[in-house]
Amino acid sequence: MQDRYNPRGAWTFFQRETRRFLRVKMQTIVAPALTAVMYLIVFRYAMGERHVPGLNVPYFEFLIPGLIMMAMLQNAFANTSSSLIASKVMNVHVFLLMAPLSSAEVVFAALAAATVRALIVAVVLLLVLFPFADIHVVHLWMILLYGICGSIIMGGIGMLSGMWAQRFDDMATISNFIILPLTFLSGVFYSVHQLPVFWQTINQFNPFFYLIDGFRYGFLGTGDSDPAKAAFVVCLATLLVVFCCWYAWRLGWKMKV
Amino acid sequence: MNALEIRGLSKSYGKGKQALSDVSLNIAEGSFFALLGPNGAGKSTLINILADIVHHESGSIHLLGRDLFKERGWCKRRLGVVPQEVAFDPFFSPREILRFSSGMFGVAPDEDWIEELLIRLELKAHAEKNTRQLSGGMRRRLLVAQALVHRPRVVVLDEPTAGVDVELRKRLWVFMQELNAAGTTVLLTTHYLEEAEELCDQVAIIDRGKLLMHRPMQALLADAAARLLRLKYNQPLTLNAEQLGALSRWRPRIDACSIDLAIPSNQTASSFHTVYTAAIETLGVPVDVAIVQEDLEDIFLRLTGDAHAGSL
Ligand SMILES: Nc1ncnc2c1ncn2[C@@H]1O[C@H](COP(=O)(O)OP(=O)(O)OP(=O)(O)O)[C@@H](O)[C@H]1O
Ligand SMILES: [Mg+2]
Repeated sequence: MQDRYNPRGAWTFFQRETRRFLRVKMQTIVAPALTAVMYLIVFRYAMGERHVPGLNVPYFEFLIPGLIMMAMLQNAFANTSSSLIASKVMNVHVFLLMAPLSSAEVVFAALAAATVRALIVAVVLLLVLFPFADIHVVHLWMILLYGICGSIIMGGIGMLSGMWAQRFDDMATISNFIILPLTFLSGVFYSVHQLPVFWQTINQFNPFFYLIDGFRYGFLGTGDSDPAKAAFVVCLATLLVVFCCWYAWRLGWKMKV
Repeated sequence: MNALEIRGLSKSYGKGKQALSDVSLNIAEGSFFALLGPNGAGKSTLINILADIVHHESGSIHLLGRDLFKERGWCKRRLGVVPQEVAFDPFFSPREILRFSSGMFGVAPDEDWIEELLIRLELKAHAEKNTRQLSGGMRRRLLVAQALVHRPRVVVLDEPTAGVDVELRKRLWVFMQELNAAGTTVLLTTHYLEEAEELCDQVAIIDRGKLLMHRPMQALLADAAARLLRLKYNQPLTLNAEQLGALSRWRPRIDACSIDLAIPSNQTASSFHTVYTAAIETLGVPVDVAIVQEDLEDIFLRLTGDAHAGSL
């Protein structure tokens, strides 16, 4: 019985995963904060006092939640994916495979660490961006739900990508050609109402769009999609991604020969 | 009880050739077991299947009586594996690696035991360095310490002494012997045959994924100690049942035109004479006669060499 579960092992693995990004704070926490400030400054002067069409909020207030969420999603993805691919390339993944951790424990620890990283980045960004604009919280539950579920989803996708990739180059392909376009075209910088109909339709299929829109809804009290419906989809997606990770790890997909 | 019970284990990588075919092997609890074989024989494949790094294809393994593939958690906690390839997380010092590894196995780090491992594996002076600063031999020793930190009952070491200098290798041996004396089952692979001879009480040889032999080391060495009478004829030998029967006492072994017969080791003047006379009566007068003595290396080369010749 006592050998079935290994909470200490999961905790140890979680600590390793958090320690990895805390060791390189500059790259994992300070850099995303700086990037967000840059975006903010650039768009502040590019857009002036304009309002977002269809939503009637200042562009500036619209932009901040999106930037925070984008940073969270990217960091959650980076944490799991870079950990796995680096372990594989250095051949230290064998120690994780050898340890008596169940698939559920590995997935739980990895996704928890990714979420913690995303939350730290979010808090840092909030503190940094706070002086630039009034940030209101309208629906806290939406902010938390979307922030946490979004991090879990992206951590999970990062985990699957890390398992799939065999070289750093594979990983760069996924980040640059899939993750980056999806996050940029997810409505961080614009409202879908600003898009031509064709692109609005495309947007409907971008999962990041719902995550960012729902998260922003929590701050603005308004958004592009129906919050209840989107919340349901997000919860479902979270479960699905977690299940895929659990199943893939259990099979040793692309991890064991 | 058997520490390991391997039944019909097979593995092939992708569409490639078979790395293990139908290997069955029992390793008794408390034994010190050497798994020998040339490069590419399948030793690491077997060990990596035990470690859950490589998928098996068919067959079963029981560790201390439990099904390894069904009760992974139970088995992994009782198994310590030193992989052949040396690698470490770059952001840990040796001491941290040992603590971390202990935690991963669900055991609260036992600082006294960690200290002892660092001392015994001569890593104490390097305990707080970064693993990148360690030499190759030190890293290999750290790998051994890491496999022992959760006090496994069965330890599997894939070439633990490769790249370790002579003096430290001897001390590592003493340490492993102590562990074994305390009840730990040890399975190791090595290319140093004198290491196997010195340490191990059981030996198995595999080549090309097949188990060629498994015997107690003493019996093997007794064979090796025996001298062989080698008779050469000018045509290939094929023995009929009657001839085989007449010579079976001396364990005849035929290799093309020559035959080896074991001279009994209780060496009286007559023992050589008895073998020689029986051989001539059965097979006729040879063209050449020699007395040869095999050591472990000859046995190893003979067994693995045959397999290669057979498949050419
Ligand atoms: N990941 C892999 N993919 C494909 N083939 C592999 C892989 N690992 C090992 N092999 C092949 O399987 C066979 C057995 O390899 P293995 O590593 O088990 O040998 P070994 O007995 O440990 O050899 P050595 O003494 O050199 O360590 C070899 O033919 C090898 O080329
Ligand atoms: Mg090997």
